[in-house]
Amino acid sequence: MFKLIADTLLSQVRTLWLVFIKLFQKKDTVEYPDRKPYMFPRWRGRIILSRDPDGEERCVACNLCAVACPVDCIALQKGEMDDGRWYPEFFRINFSRCIMCGFCEEACPTNAIQLTPDFEMAEYVRQDMVWEKEDLLINGTGKYHDYNFYRVAGKKIEGKDKGEALNEAPPIDVKSLMP
Amino acid sequence: MNLEIGSPLSIGLVLGVVIITAALLITVERRLLGFWQERLGPNRVGWFGSLQVVADMIKIFTKEDWIPPFADRFSFVVAPGIIMSVVLLSFAVIPFAPNIGVIDSNIGVLFVLAMASLGAYSVMLGGLSSDNKYALLGSLRAAAQMISYEVFMGISLLGVVALTGSFNLREIVEAQNDGWYIIPQFIGFVIFLIAGVAESHRLPFDIPEAEQEICSGYHTEYSGMKFGMFFVAEYIGLVLISSLITVLFFGGWLGPNFLPPIIWFSIKAFGFIAFFILLRAAVPRPRYDQLMSYGWLFLLPVSLINLLVTGAIILSSQ
Repeated sequence: MFKLIADTLLSQVRTLWLVFIKLFQKKDTVEYPDRKPYMFPRWRGRIILSRDPDGEERCVACNLCAVACPVDCIALQKGEMDDGRWYPEFFRINFSRCIMCGFCEEACPTNAIQLTPDFEMAEYVRQDMVWEKEDLLINGTGKYHDYNFYRVAGKKIEGKDKGEALNEAPPIDVKSLMP
Repeated sequence: MNLEIGSPLSIGLVLGVVIITAALLITVERRLLGFWQERLGPNRVGWFGSLQVVADMIKIFTKEDWIPPFADRFSFVVAPGIIMSVVLLSFAVIPFAPNIGVIDSNIGVLFVLAMASLGAYSVMLGGLSSDNKYALLGSLRAAAQMISYEVFMGISLLGVVALTGSFNLREIVEAQNDGWYIIPQFIGFVIFLIAGVAESHRLPFDIPEAEQEICSGYHTEYSGMKFGMFFVAEYIGLVLISSLITVLFFGGWLGPNFLPPIIWFSIKAFGFIAFFILLRAAVPRPRYDQLMSYGWLFLLPVSLINLLVTGAIILSSQ
């Protein structure tokens, strides 16, 4: 009988006391719009397209990001400049579908597409969630400051022939390799 | 205009303060619940959320006041009015201070109990006229719960009545000058507290409106201000039960002289309101059959024993 009372009645009283002292304890709420949370630099948030140190677009329209995207929210079209560089004619990300997984960033061979710590992207009109290239492009280099794809890659463009890239040996003329 | 029992100023004061307190309780409850759940609660409107009630009222007044086509119109409209008026009528006999009150009735305790019983009609009519299965279940539960908990709510009060020798609430308060009835009538107090929670069907005994089981119970089909009347009536009921506990067991307006009587009454009553909100934050809801068997098999015998022992002590001391 006494054990029953202790288990039922007293445990209720204990519950009441434990809940009551929560009045004086620190609250878990973060008052968000007044107090911004610290966003870690590697946070996977809003996607941007970066430029190389010379100010050119890094994206070479290889479509790897669009292939890697699990929800197919990236669409782009390849274009080619007169000097042989590739670039996206349009580059469209549908942020209403994007799940911020970061696979596009991992797939990108030129560090063009990057995820940033910004997450405040709510819109009233759903169509506004579709971002075009001019919305995505930023003026800086993003997380990788010195990388320039065309300077290190073996691709031949106007003003840079095969073998002239950084750390690249001149191509071997296979026809000269006679025994 | 002088402040005495039954004067127009006194009546207006009681009516206005009770309704405003009940409306403010919407904010206070949400705020306190927030604190007890490690949240902050609504703190955006006004100073620390004090104007939240205004926002709530604007919202509830601008909502569509819809009567379902399948409902029984007359009783559907009448039901929220009944509960609102009976809980407000109950305040007629509450002695707030020596000079504040509506009537000085010789049957105060009985009047409050009778009005609480009439409240069951509102809940039943509201549920039945909605023609909705959840509302029907809710009203059935409400009727059974209110009727069974009224039984020993009345019996638990009889100890106080026997000690005072009067049903008059003012005489009950004045009889506590030597000591509050919480000490001789502790068991009666606990039973009255539990029955009061069940009577105003607040958590943990909100089985008639258990959201998780039966939507909102008897007010499932209500919207707009008709829902608001049920809602505010629940808070007025909370104020009523707290005032009753204060009057019956905690000496009403009595207290040290440095504060006026009405302030003492308010402090005590608000303490119990906060306790009821704490109950809501802390205690889970029992099952329906547990509630019923707890009432009939445990609380009823205990309250009867309490009454018998009180009577025996009074007889032997004479």
